[in-house]
Amino acid sequence: MSDGPRAAPHRFFQHPTRHLLGVQGMHPTRIEPFLDLAESYALMNRSRKTPRDLLRGRTVINLFFEDSTRTRTSFELAGKRLGADVVNMTVASSSVNKGETLLDTATTLNAMRTDLLVVRHAQSGAPALLAQKVEASVVNAGDGTHEHPTQALLDALTIRRHFGGLHGLTVAICGDVSHSRVARSNIHLLTAMGAKVRVVGPPTLIPGAIGALGVDVHYTMEEGLRDVDVVMMLRMQRERMTGGQVPSAREYFRFYGLDRRRLAVARPGALVMHPGPMNRGVEIDSRVADSDQSVIREQVEMGVAVRMAVLDLLSRAGEPT
Amino acid sequence: MTILLFENVRLIDPAAGLDRPGRLLVRDGAIAGADLPGAEGAPEGAAVIDGGGAILCPGLVDMRVAIGEPGFEYRETVASAARAAAAGGITTMAVLPNSQPAIDDPALVRLLRARGEETGTVSILPYGALTRRCEGAEMAEIGLLHEAGAVAFTDGTRAIADTRTMRLALTYARGFDALVVQHPEDPSLARGGCATDGELATRLGLPGIPAAAEAIMIARDLRLVELTKGRLHFGHVSTAEGVELIRAAKARGLRVTCDTAPPYFDLNETAIGDFRTYAKLSPPLRGEADRQAICAALADGTIDAIASDHAPCDADDKRQPFAVAAAGGTGLATLLAVTLAQVHGGSLPMIEALGLLTHRPAALLGAAAGTLADGRPADLCLFDPDRAWRVDADDMPGRAQNTPFDGRALEGRVLGTWKAGRPVFAHPATGQAAP
Repeated sequence: MSDGPRAAPHRFFQHPTRHLLGVQGMHPTRIEPFLDLAESYALMNRSRKTPRDLLRGRTVINLFFEDSTRTRTSFELAGKRLGADVVNMTVASSSVNKGETLLDTATTLNAMRTDLLVVRHAQSGAPALLAQKVEASVVNAGDGTHEHPTQALLDALTIRRHFGGLHGLTVAICGDVSHSRVARSNIHLLTAMGAKVRVVGPPTLIPGAIGALGVDVHYTMEEGLRDVDVVMMLRMQRERMTGGQVPSAREYFRFYGLDRRRLAVARPGALVMHPGPMNRGVEIDSRVADSDQSVIREQVEMGVAVRMAVLDLLSRAGEPT
Repeated sequence: MTILLFENVRLIDPAAGLDRPGRLLVRDGAIAGADLPGAEGAPEGAAVIDGGGAILCPGLVDMRVAIGEPGFEYRETVASAARAAAAGGITTMAVLPNSQPAIDDPALVRLLRARGEETGTVSILPYGALTRRCEGAEMAEIGLLHEAGAVAFTDGTRAIADTRTMRLALTYARGFDALVVQHPEDPSLARGGCATDGELATRLGLPGIPAAAEAIMIARDLRLVELTKGRLHFGHVSTAEGVELIRAAKARGLRVTCDTAPPYFDLNETAIGDFRTYAKLSPPLRGEADRQAICAALADGTIDAIASDHAPCDADDKRQPFAVAAAGGTGLATLLAVTLAQVHGGSLPMIEALGLLTHRPAALLGAAAGTLADGRPADLCLFDPDRAWRVDADDMPGRAQNTPFDGRALEGRVLGTWKAGRPVFAHPATGQAAP
């Protein structure tokens, strides 16, 4: 359905660069078109009427150096719903010479005439390095502890659908902020859009300089969640709990797990979010995860819509207006 | 007998406090007078070099250089490092021992000295390994290495982490009055890190190393110097806290010295920008306050020498995601010009700056170099302090190109370098034939 509904302004909007490597430094006027377009794609997804010929003939490669079934599937669906040829490449990242593989891969992908390259890599900055070498548009699907821009966009869209906007809301991002690219991208995006952001977690998992990113820091959930509109939980990597940053999973859940009692200090009806996959009983109690306040399922739904918007807008980045 | 006469030069010999227009005579490769009273004409048979008013100073003494030999010849060889040194006005360089194999055997010390002599352009002063294989555990044969010509003892870019080992080494080295050189960084705090802890590292999602990792190591080692009465030198100091500790220790009369390297007074962490691996160094570039503190410590004499901290890396080792890319930057060709930025900026007098690059590091290493005294080998550097140029990482002398100063506009260009009276480098613009 090529003449499917498209929000009119976006026909004239162009993302300024071919790539989406991060949210840092993006102005709200650059962020909103992604959200607006994703909103319309969300509606189309529900009615199963998406413009299947929009990216016909274009090649999207999901290049994942780190395994992530959820994000990869989300991008795959997004590409297919717009009619692109989608190919998944999972590259074992255990080889010592990762960078060489990365740049060799870039050469290979150029030869294959890839249009859009979705990259997940364990090292911060790897998609940026790749973007210097490939002719395709690069979408950062998560790099090290740096950024995960499409996650931040889908989180923002989910919040916006419930509150009508982001300005003036208070959002608590809870857990392992130090090692979280989701936290960084969300901090950049939410603060840019005028939301107030708090980070909450044990001091060993909160970077000392995080305040410079414009957030408030809290070390207890009771303080950090007070009167917030949104509680965004982060995934706790199990290796952190044996690596000495936190003594044990049970101690972590005791002080930083989200349960109904802790959620009660937030605003009534506050949203509970999680980028997934969840560790039930470690960072989040099942009764909270499955409650009415939880929008975790909706985040996944918005993920596909946001990624459709990203592929759509980036594929048009080089075209004349 | 060959006679060279440098005319129309500004002679600077920091060791003698000399800075005035003059001439310099070189006879058979040795300095034969920085002053020629009354003699207007050139001695008979002298080859005259008109300096055109440029500065003539002792060839630079670079006390901290890593070369790829032995073991990493794909990064740099003695020959390619020697070319870069000559282009940078450096005629003597002390090379780090953490090669493959490590310089922990007297034969290797002799080999490196000989490799330097073979070049004919640069003297190599080898550091001896402080511990076997530079592994930080058992002491190396400090006495035998010393006897073979090792000028000081260090594990290079590895800090001696174990306090007991450091105490032993400082104590034992005293028997030879040997200098111990430490890489001041607590290895457990630095583990896995690749940028200085702070806002930038947080934004980039890079694992950080707290600046305090330097001060913690320096504080421990200063206490060990008090305990052992040893002689200790800290290489490439880079933090405000670090130099403050050393300043206070010197005031207490401890036998401690330190050097720094141009990146730490000319660049700050913002040079890593969006993951620029050429600016990935060890220790990592610091915040602006630390950079300013290093400038101040140069000006007030807390820092005893400026070394290039030359660390050649292979291009493939730099074309990597930041955290896994190799650390280190080349520095031989830019040592003088970046140092001169401090002079042009008014924070360091010319003669002091040149002292930090010549006789002061030479004195630390007990080397007969870095002065224009009569009878010394005529190791000389002629440079125009005002000639502008721009660093281009694709066009650097030597094999390694990984300069952190890529694109930096500088003032001050080496015009010519002489080793024992023989020309070893001539800038193309001088019109002199390149050797």
